[in-house]
Amino acid sequence: MIESLEDLNEIAQKKLCAQGDCEDEIRVCIGSSCASLGSEDLSKEIAQKMEQEGLQKRCRVKGVGCNGLCSEAILVSHQKKGATSEDLYTNIEASQADDFIALLQNKKDLKEKLYDLQQAFFFKQKKIVLENAGYIDPNDIEDAIAHGAYQALFKVLDTMEPKDVLDEIKQSGLRGRGGGGYPTGLKWESVAKVHSDTKYIICNGDEGDPGAFMDRAVMEADPHKVLEGMSIAGFACGASQGFIYVRAEYPIAVEKLTKAIKQARKYGLLGKNIGESGFSFDIDIRLGGGAFVCGEATALIASIEGGRGNPRQKPPHLSDHGLFAQPTVLNNVETLANIAPIIQKGAEWFKNIGIPSSTGTKVFALTGHIKNTGLVEIPMGMSLRELVYDVGGGASGEKAIKAIQTGGPSGGCIPEEHLDISVDYDSLKKIGSIMGSGGLIVMDESSNMVEVARFFMDFCRSESCGKCVPCRVGTTELTDLLDKFVAKKASKSDYELLKNMCEVVKESSLCGLGQTAPNPVLSTLKYFEEEYLEGIADD
Amino acid sequence: MIKEKVRVKTFKIDGIDVTGQSNATLLEVANEHGIKIPTLCYFEGLTPAGACRMCLVEVEGSDKLIPACTAKIKEGMEVTTNSERIKSHRKMILSMIFAERTHTCSVCVSNGHCELQDQAVDLGLDHSEVPYIHKVFEIDASHKEYIYDPNRCILCTRCVRVCDEVEGAHALDILSRGIDAKIIHDMDEPWALSESCTSCGKCVHVCPTGSLFEKGVSATEMVKKKSIITNLIKTRKER
Repeated sequence: MIESLEDLNEIAQKKLCAQGDCEDEIRVCIGSSCASLGSEDLSKEIAQKMEQEGLQKRCRVKGVGCNGLCSEAILVSHQKKGATSEDLYTNIEASQADDFIALLQNKKDLKEKLYDLQQAFFFKQKKIVLENAGYIDPNDIEDAIAHGAYQALFKVLDTMEPKDVLDEIKQSGLRGRGGGGYPTGLKWESVAKVHSDTKYIICNGDEGDPGAFMDRAVMEADPHKVLEGMSIAGFACGASQGFIYVRAEYPIAVEKLTKAIKQARKYGLLGKNIGESGFSFDIDIRLGGGAFVCGEATALIASIEGGRGNPRQKPPHLSDHGLFAQPTVLNNVETLANIAPIIQKGAEWFKNIGIPSSTGTKVFALTGHIKNTGLVEIPMGMSLRELVYDVGGGASGEKAIKAIQTGGPSGGCIPEEHLDISVDYDSLKKIGSIMGSGGLIVMDESSNMVEVARFFMDFCRSESCGKCVPCRVGTTELTDLLDKFVAKKASKSDYELLKNMCEVVKESSLCGLGQTAPNPVLSTLKYFEEEYLEGIADD
Repeated sequence: MIKEKVRVKTFKIDGIDVTGQSNATLLEVANEHGIKIPTLCYFEGLTPAGACRMCLVEVEGSDKLIPACTAKIKEGMEVTTNSERIKSHRKMILSMIFAERTHTCSVCVSNGHCELQDQAVDLGLDHSEVPYIHKVFEIDASHKEYIYDPNRCILCTRCVRVCDEVEGAHALDILSRGIDAKIIHDMDEPWALSESCTSCGKCVHVCPTGSLFEKGVSATEMVKKKSIITNLIKTRKER
């Protein structure tokens, strides 16, 4: 049981000492991309062989979360004792355990697999949310503690009042990372000031945009960061119960979170009277059943309550009528993962990263026709061009990049010539897209933008809950219409109808899913109108 | 929950000064003052769903359209119920409802007594603005007194709500999602096999179209007795 900051530091110290006995550390990525290629077996095999060779005292092996470069899986890194940075080996096969034994015995080098860490992919990133991803073992709370987990929670419990926490978060300028960009401090404050015996903190882990996997990586790589952020939110708002709503399609995230919660309870970091402070907070997991709409706040709450995952009209807002009709804070995984670093290092430090209107960093999942597919965390305010060409390494094939899509089915397409804009909430909105949760799909010249719009509309059609008419019928009608455009069988009146219907669906749907469903069509209409008009017939 | 004291609020609907109790909805106040806002999923006394989007209105100072059935009134607000934008949106939304399934008035039991039909007349909708989808479902005529024709259903969920909130049986709910959504009995059993249905018929009488109707009636003959349900709800509240 950890009852004080001293206890916490003692565990951290002990763990670091124990680790200090070993000279080297081999870190095998067990994030989803690498795991699907058999990295967990590789990790076990390396450990086994080390024992056989009597190397276990010299080096230890651990599985770590995603370090981001998913296109080069499997990733294995080798931290030599005393070295300031690790050696990263990429494109490793699951059968290469022997090579690492030989490497440790200095019988072989793996130079051809060694990755140059001086590339823009690494040095242009700024890691806050993912600072521990790729370094700590997500199955081991002590490893997390040794890397600073729960320091911020004890700082809050020992030295701060709820109001101080609210002020700190407000000053930091942190905005919701789920896509909307609402200031987190204000959201918390609106719940904190409501008088109620029962309040809830909910973590939204129902990440569902096609091509987005930021939250999954955070939950898989550093689950304690999310738990700590939730506990701090609970302290600031006066809540004693939290829920993490994770989609069931993320079994590894669920497993890591479940384990992390169990360990945190065992160490007294969750539960009654945490650190003898009088503050109690516990967290439970609820699984989603595969509905995209359950990422919408009111639908998510209906789902946790055991009902059908349908959204409802707001107001009333969650701050006075949330889960089980109680005041509720609902934050995205990435938002909550920012909390502990802000508390630990201060709002001023956080504000210095990014730009004044969008502080901090944002995690993006790069996919599509881009060289470095995977996960990156960049300071806000970087230009999209830098993100795509430097960090992302540019187009993956021969063809030039034509457009990028941000914000998934709620977002928009941005043509190549607009890539000089800065990555922040307001700039992206201004040109007809959104920051969204962080999915970034890169498309080269071979992409047909009408097909892209049709793909996202069809996604919304199949994910519409069916409650309100404009979304239920409108997304179906729009998908049918876009089919005609893709087949080049559309007429001028279809073109007018497409535009009118987009407006009606956008303005009259009940929840965010329907209200934003036309965005991919509207933004492609804006920038690639000629592709819609091509082959259009008179009535 | 923040408990507000009930007091009177004054505001404007379409330029007319109106007053309502502070916990009232826009639609309730409009109805009290004889200002007609079109509705389909709303049924007096049942929890509003905000699903059909027919009652969308504009509030001065905001670009957003909000449903009058769920919106709480505010002091000094200025509400517009029939701008050109609202009228054209309503027409398209109503077109979508007509286009989704099969609404052939001439052969329908509710012809002449149908809220969907009335809306089309009121809004001057003489043809659908969107292509027909005509999604087809099987008719359930297994019940001894009633028939359920999902092809005429507009998914307003009045039946689901009245069964749950007034009858207390919750025999009805929604299966599947999006365009495939469908009202079902129990676990999608034939109506006659439903163990929770009490055969009270409330669902039939709140249904705005000819989707739920009594056996034995033919075209134009099904007149719903909505006042029975509203009176029942009112009487219970007064007790």
